[in-house]
Amino acid sequence: MPRMGPSFAETPMTAAIGSTGTGGRVVSSPRAAWLRVEGHWQWYRRHWHATVFSGIAQPVLFLVAMGIGFGSQVEPSTATRGMSYLVYLAPALLVTGALQNAVGESTYPVLSGFKWQKDYLAVVATPITPGQLLAGQLIWVAMLVSGNGLAYLLIASLFGALAGPGVLLSLLVAVLTAMACSAPIMALSASINNDVNVFNGLFRFVVMPMTLFAGTFFPVTQLPGWAQPVVWLTPLWHGTELSRGAAFGELGLWPAAGHLAYLAGLFTIGVLLARWRFRRRLVV
Amino acid sequence: MTGGGRVLDGALVRAGGLVKRFGDFEAVRGIDVDVRRGEAFGFLGPNGAGKSSTMRMIACVSPRSGGELSVLGMDPDRDGPRIRARLGVVPQQDNLDVELTVRQNLHVYGRYFGLSRARVRAKADELMVFAQLSDRAGDEVEPLSGGMKRRLTIARSLVNDPELLLLDEPTTGLDPQARHLLWDKLFRLKQQGVTLIVTTHYMDEAEQLCDRLVVMDDGRIAAEGSPTELIKRYSTREVLELRFSPGEQEDAQQRGIAELADRVEVLPDRLLLYTDDGEVALEAVHGRGVRPASSLVRRSTLEDVFLRLTGRTLVD
Repeated sequence: MPRMGPSFAETPMTAAIGSTGTGGRVVSSPRAAWLRVEGHWQWYRRHWHATVFSGIAQPVLFLVAMGIGFGSQVEPSTATRGMSYLVYLAPALLVTGALQNAVGESTYPVLSGFKWQKDYLAVVATPITPGQLLAGQLIWVAMLVSGNGLAYLLIASLFGALAGPGVLLSLLVAVLTAMACSAPIMALSASINNDVNVFNGLFRFVVMPMTLFAGTFFPVTQLPGWAQPVVWLTPLWHGTELSRGAAFGELGLWPAAGHLAYLAGLFTIGVLLARWRFRRRLVV
Repeated sequence: MTGGGRVLDGALVRAGGLVKRFGDFEAVRGIDVDVRRGEAFGFLGPNGAGKSSTMRMIACVSPRSGGELSVLGMDPDRDGPRIRARLGVVPQQDNLDVELTVRQNLHVYGRYFGLSRARVRAKADELMVFAQLSDRAGDEVEPLSGGMKRRLTIARSLVNDPELLLLDEPTTGLDPQARHLLWDKLFRLKQQGVTLIVTTHYMDEAEQLCDRLVVMDDGRIAAEGSPTELIKRYSTREVLELRFSPGEQEDAQQRGIAELADRVEVLPDRLLLYTDDGEVALEAVHGRGVRPASSLVRRSTLEDVFLRLTGRTLVD
């Protein structure tokens, strides 16, 4: 080893660096995606507190304000399936919260990977491919949303808002609904460059109206006839139907299969679109 | 070459008639390049010459539009991930994860190369010493200075002990002190046998770092050789630079000072007289009654080579 001055002589890497052949290797696709999740976990360890409000506190605040506060004025009826308004609302807010959480994680943070921080460019300079990067991104959002959903359920149980153990099935439904939205929105985020107004429009004109009118707070049968088919197109309606069904144990097989097929279909199309857009953006 | 990606003839990168098109625009117009193991190879040229496009093709993140390309004896179109596993890449713009610490950046990145946790930990410690960032190990990247971020990006590119290190404009935007520190680091890597490919539009960087370089202009290679060879071939030993008070440059040109040098370049703000002996030329200039506001005799640089080849300066 050549001696190269005092500051460098104490560096042990001199012998290790270079064409030693001890370097990188290609890992399998599931492993590659998981390594990306590991990277997110490193971020989460330092910055988890930044995610608590949007992921946990927000749905809990809605549960308190609407479920307990407003709900104190609501008599149990057929509209609430005979339950207290709080219990009626809790499984739907689980889905709504998960969906909003996932949409948030799939917009600015994803665009930043391409555009501002550009860390996606760093990832695909390694053996990791754009598709594996996307998979890691999706798995991470699913894990984050699951964890936040579980925290929400624990808090909701303290308020006596949970009907029974069926809500654990509701949690799976919430994650599926969230991912059915996350995947196509990641495709969108990979496709825009300067026009972040698209995100504002998405929140204002899609997510917000969906939250208000797609069955979270009141049955869609209360809407005018023309509006109901519009609601049927929203993933949130399918998610809340499934979630309440699972929580209250009163969902028929065929409706459940229909809702699941819709959400799974949206997720699949979203993943295919996102894979195509990620590749187009990163391999040019 | 064999299927195992082993390079027997010493060429780590071999390009023939390499082309990159973006729609109708041809960024790289059929270049031939051979980079040998252990050398520091440069692409010198102005912004927009096609250097970065070439680098991205070599880095296996940009498919070629035409021609041949082999990197580490493999085809980027087929073996991208396998090639990338053995490359180090320093992009033009830092793309660190600024919300992670210095150490976390190295850990996370090393894992992408399939390295074990223990290996990544040890490697990160070594690299932070190398990049003089050990005392910032636990700090987030965001508030670090530009020079520190650049050093971290370079450290990160070494996490997999790459056989080939690609540096795209490594010191653009840094102050002189930070540049010299980086050059020192890169020079040491070269001494350890790492093959370097550097793009730059700074001729001093190319002269400092490169054993061999190509001058690129408008997607093509204008010349190839070592810095000294290129200067010898395309310029004279010395250059006499003459600056004049406003309006007097035309006057001086009319007094026939072009005869006093092998060649004269007329720039908006000065005249360059190419000659083997600048002092003698300066005396002759004075002898003709020309009184420049200031004069400078210097050795020829790659900047002069570029001017000769393209009629333009490197940095506008």
